[in-house]
Amino acid sequence: MNEILRINNLNLWYDSKQALQNINMRIYEHEITALIGASGCGKSTFLRTLDRLHDLTPIVRITGEVLYKGQNIYDPDIAVTQLRKQIGMIFQKPNPFPMSIYDNVAYGPRTHGISDRSQLDDIVENALRGAALWDEVKDRLRSSALGLSGGQQQRLCIARSLAVEPNIILMDESTSALDPISTGKIEELALKLKERYTVIMVTHNMQQARRISDRCAFFWLGEMVECAPTDQLFNQPKDVRTKLYVSGSMG
Amino acid sequence: MQMLFFLCGMLTVAFVVCITMYLVIKGIPAVLTIGPAEFLLGIHWQPVDNEPEFGILPFILTSIYGTAGAVLCGVPIGLITAVFLAKSAPPRLALIIRSAVQLLAGIPSVVYGLTGMIVLVPWIRNIFSLPSGATLLAAIVVLTIMILPSIISVAESSLKAVPKEYEEGSLALGATELESYWRVTVPAAKQGILTAIVLGVGRAVGEAMAILMVAGNVANLPNLFSPVRFLTTALAAEMSYAAVGSLHREALFSIGLVLFLFIVMLNVLLRLSAVIEED
Repeated sequence: MNEILRINNLNLWYDSKQALQNINMRIYEHEITALIGASGCGKSTFLRTLDRLHDLTPIVRITGEVLYKGQNIYDPDIAVTQLRKQIGMIFQKPNPFPMSIYDNVAYGPRTHGISDRSQLDDIVENALRGAALWDEVKDRLRSSALGLSGGQQQRLCIARSLAVEPNIILMDESTSALDPISTGKIEELALKLKERYTVIMVTHNMQQARRISDRCAFFWLGEMVECAPTDQLFNQPKDVRTKLYVSGSMG
Repeated sequence: MQMLFFLCGMLTVAFVVCITMYLVIKGIPAVLTIGPAEFLLGIHWQPVDNEPEFGILPFILTSIYGTAGAVLCGVPIGLITAVFLAKSAPPRLALIIRSAVQLLAGIPSVVYGLTGMIVLVPWIRNIFSLPSGATLLAAIVVLTIMILPSIISVAESSLKAVPKEYEEGSLALGATELESYWRVTVPAAKQGILTAIVLGVGRAVGEAMAILMVAGNVANLPNLFSPVRFLTTALAAEMSYAAVGSLHREALFSIGLVLFLFIVMLNVLLRLSAVIEED
């Protein structure tokens, strides 16, 4: 069980309001780590720190370290585009670009300098297969991605991420905008993805966390209260707040 | 009350119908007298000679070149400004730029013309050592500045309407901010940007006063460094002395009709592109 991310004393402020307090946590390779907690507890904010997506929000201030394979991603020397290539993000609402299915998937590789046609074709096919979407779209790669259903769009976004060969895939409540069947497909996909990648997912849905995660972290008011193997967190929580939350009497 | 709303709405329609009919009725006879080919493709405009000639090709080409030049210069500047304003300008600076753009939009065209005449025209004369600085180039520079405000403000609002999720999606794939703006945001806003460009073209095609004062006003075939006359300036300059009832006066109406058709074509193009976009 190799550690891929280590978070040390991470704090985050929006202006003067502290949203994350002294988070310490480890993420292990080829696991699904679920982040659970009530709305506004900081779990999505935390997830976004792992991809440096707060960089564009000037009012955000961050202290502490996020070590990716031993290197602090907030180190000024780090190339943030290379980092984001290795740590992909799937958002809450499917956000395919307004272009063709093919161009969506090829967007990342093209950004990183791949222009050879047959190479792109291979990447697109593999990524779509990896996201379990190939059979549904192989005959209409040139049509607009916006014509796909919500669940298909979300799997397209996953394919788009896979096309740049990330190591970690972050999912920010990526099934909350989908119907139960599409949600089931994405969950199945997440289980398959962890064989090759590491998945960290924020979820509102405790059952989902229980079903598919290996490890689970409970957030409460900007604190990471408890992180443990999923069974343990749900069955023998150490902290009284975790206990109350997973039993449904707080949150 | 319902009636009042209806009548006010119909008033606009009535104006359009009236102007169209007037232009067609007054503009067609001269074209027929002169001959459509001679009128549209003739390169000599000598309306008051003993043997008058009424070729407006120099005006048509000048209007096209002048507009194209203004669009070629104005669209890149305007679009880059719009992206800057919508995406990366610090709020305080954005406020200053936006006020400047609004002010630019409000300056009367005669003031553009005056400034062009007093500042720009001598510059062009000196820089390129020309006998006169009143040239197509001067007109293009003035038109470029005049179309900037509409391009900037329309493009900015359409860029702002692009969901932030698109940019985040692009950033999360390892694209830089700039790449994300150019490859995702701008294409996503292309319908609005196209509207902005057409508005700019419309303004440039229809402008008369400012370029009357800087373009030299000679009916030459267009050349960047020679004085030229636009469709609009031909109308504005000659209407005052064309004798009532003369062919000259009627030909000016025909020029008005040609100008009108240009604008109609632009609008049709815009609608078409919107329809194609929806499919």
